[in-house]
Amino acid sequence: MIEKTLKGKPAYWIWLAFLGMFMAIGAACYIRQYNFGLGMTGMSRDVSWGLYISQFTFLVGVAAGGVMLVLPYYIHNYKEFGRITILGEFLAIAAIVMCMLFIMADLGQPMRALNVILHPTPNSMLFYDMCVLCGYLFLNILCGWVILTAERKQVHPPKWIYFFVYLSIPFAVSIHTVTAMLYCGLPGRHFWLSAIIAPRFLASAFAAGPALIVLACIILKRVAGFDAGKKAMNKLVTIIIYAALLNMFFVGLEFFVGYYSNIPGHKFALEYLFFGIEHHGHVYNNLVPFMWAFVILAFGAIGLLASPLAKKEDNDFFLGLGCAMLFVAFWLDKGIGFVLGGFVPNPLHEIVEYVPTANELAITAGVWATGFFVLTLLYKIAIGVEHEIE
Amino acid sequence: MYNKGTIIPGLALFVLFVTFPIWFNGLTTAGDLPKPELPPGGEKQCVMPADYMRANHMQLLNEWRDNVLRDGNREILEIDGKKYRKGLQMACMACHTKKEKFCDSCHTYAAVTPYCWDCHLTPNEAASKEAIH
Amino acid sequence: MDKQRRKFLKIAGVSALAGIGAPAIIKLTSSNAVASSGGQEAAAGHAAPAAAGHGVAAVEAPQGVRLGMVIDMRKMAEQPGQLDSAIAACINAHNIPEFPDSKNEIKWLWKAPFQNVFLDHSSYHSSTRVANTPFPALCNHCDDPPCVRACPTKATFKLAKNGVVAMDFHRCIGCRFCMAACPYGARSFNWQDPRPYIKKYNADFPSRMKGVVEKCNFCGERLALGQEPACVEACKATGAITFGDLNDPQSEVRQVLDNEFTIQRKTNLGTKPSVFYIV
Repeated sequence: MIEKTLKGKPAYWIWLAFLGMFMAIGAACYIRQYNFGLGMTGMSRDVSWGLYISQFTFLVGVAAGGVMLVLPYYIHNYKEFGRITILGEFLAIAAIVMCMLFIMADLGQPMRALNVILHPTPNSMLFYDMCVLCGYLFLNILCGWVILTAERKQVHPPKWIYFFVYLSIPFAVSIHTVTAMLYCGLPGRHFWLSAIIAPRFLASAFAAGPALIVLACIILKRVAGFDAGKKAMNKLVTIIIYAALLNMFFVGLEFFVGYYSNIPGHKFALEYLFFGIEHHGHVYNNLVPFMWAFVILAFGAIGLLASPLAKKEDNDFFLGLGCAMLFVAFWLDKGIGFVLGGFVPNPLHEIVEYVPTANELAITAGVWATGFFVLTLLYKIAIGVEHEIE
Repeated sequence: MYNKGTIIPGLALFVLFVTFPIWFNGLTTAGDLPKPELPPGGEKQCVMPADYMRANHMQLLNEWRDNVLRDGNREILEIDGKKYRKGLQMACMACHTKKEKFCDSCHTYAAVTPYCWDCHLTPNEAASKEAIH
Repeated sequence: MDKQRRKFLKIAGVSALAGIGAPAIIKLTSSNAVASSGGQEAAAGHAAPAAAGHGVAAVEAPQGVRLGMVIDMRKMAEQPGQLDSAIAACINAHNIPEFPDSKNEIKWLWKAPFQNVFLDHSSYHSSTRVANTPFPALCNHCDDPPCVRACPTKATFKLAKNGVVAMDFHRCIGCRFCMAACPYGARSFNWQDPRPYIKKYNADFPSRMKGVVEKCNFCGERLALGQEPACVEACKATGAITFGDLNDPQSEVRQVLDNEFTIQRKTNLGTKPSVFYIV
């Protein structure tokens, strides 16, 4: 099946070359960072995790989001998702590849990464994160490949694969739960120390992941003649809207707990993120525009997706716009605000703001490009098989 | 034989390329056995016999590392009346004061680059910034 | 032929996975996989003989040696330059780099105002002495350290021998999970090669390399030689810092604790710090 990636229209090759350019720039920048150390980034003693870990956190969600296709199709036998389930599984693969690259980019001593396996430490959440991420990656490769092969041969998939398909569902939940536990189990970081982090992560994942799949379907319809079907799209949109509303509800609950209890520790990070904070005569409000953009985009996207505009048979512009807005909104929420906000204030109640460096941004863009490169190849295979059996 | 003109020179080049390590080491000094310089202070005795150290110093260093750091066992070794504090910097470098002439001579030959000296100070390095002692 | 190749690839794949996974499984099933509980098991063997008969606080029976310190801020204020010399002694002893910018800073022992060090104590109308004296901050060598819980490689761990929370720089992968976990901000990361910023070398101690985390080690290397930690020694003139075994009722540090009212940092987090302050 891999041979399908080797034939394509010029646009396909131009797109791959375009991504390849970012990958090359990212790789060159990574070599600089590798040689100099993480001092090449904007991270500091007080904001010790930056863009890499926040992207990782967001992308774990994108990977988990694929389960919103697998679950209705395999458990509830919702046939409309039959054609796009594979897109969810392949998206999960690409997202986990990005997650792993971001983790590697973030390590101070990447050559020692295998110490996590050589000296396994069950009391560390990172150990479990490694286990579930590798497990979920393996399950998606296995299930995606076996089912696509069966589809290509026009036979039923072997029975044993269903065990792994069903197993991948709790795994999808677990990857994001364990990722949330990286944060919510740390004493002294009030913004993260909240039992609602895992459900909040899952809610935003179940909106952002499917939103990206809807976007992918719209693009594939235009460039590859792949039609996922309006019914499947509408069902996905329903899932997205509910998940997005849940996420906004959970964010609202954080506000309630912080502001009604009036406990400074609970309030501080929210205040910093959404309103900015004045501390010793200096105003810190780096992230305020991002957070308000998140709120506006999220509610705008929910409104747009719920309106008849998004359901038009002949025009999917508004559907695509809504999904893009929602994806960006939740990227701002989780891929920027959540991780960076947690470091403010630091354990000694000082405020240090984080600004990524150009080198760091280039590496981040390079990893995203790698993810989309992998995604393009995988989708090329999936669509190629679909066309072959038609 | 077809294409004699390309095959034979090609083969010759290939053989030359494959045997590169042999003739390169023969022609240059890169292949000569390293001669690590013995301790400048004239020390004859080590914590273990020279044969053992030659083959296993890395394991011993790892063992010391785990003793000192992980088990908190920093007891001072006494071997034939001489006292040694466990540690590359504190025991080994006390006699083998010239890392460049001792450690490096074999490590370069064997093409290994242990990361010991990313952290541990050689006497030379330590002297470069007026040591406290 | 084709079938055989597939079969071979399958077997090779499964064996490769098993090969990678096996060491981890073996290590996990061996006795002391859980670093923190492993430490306690071992510590039981060292139980201080004097403590055994006393039965102090049944809930938290003292086990083994637990090193800790009491910092007397009244004495610290007597000689204002004292803390600076303690910090300098720490920097000298451990080859700590001095970066000009706060972004790269490496701090084992440092100064901060009372209100920053003691966040859960009121600094509303505190006495002039407290408000004007910088407080020393350092690793608390917690009895239940969150950083040890977070570390994915056991590069940081609690020594069974004396309760010190130590680091193995050889093993640290630089994930900085411990920095996020530490509620005291006691951990620093080497964002770049520290050597150019080390002013003077102590030939008896290594430096660190880029990409690893470091923090106060309660001067484990000095304790081994029967010396006191560098900061304690630097404050010897006034005796502002007392150091010793918190579990030994006869120790000097216990005498101070028995006679004075002391406070600790962020006790509500359950970390059980081993550093006490007399304000």
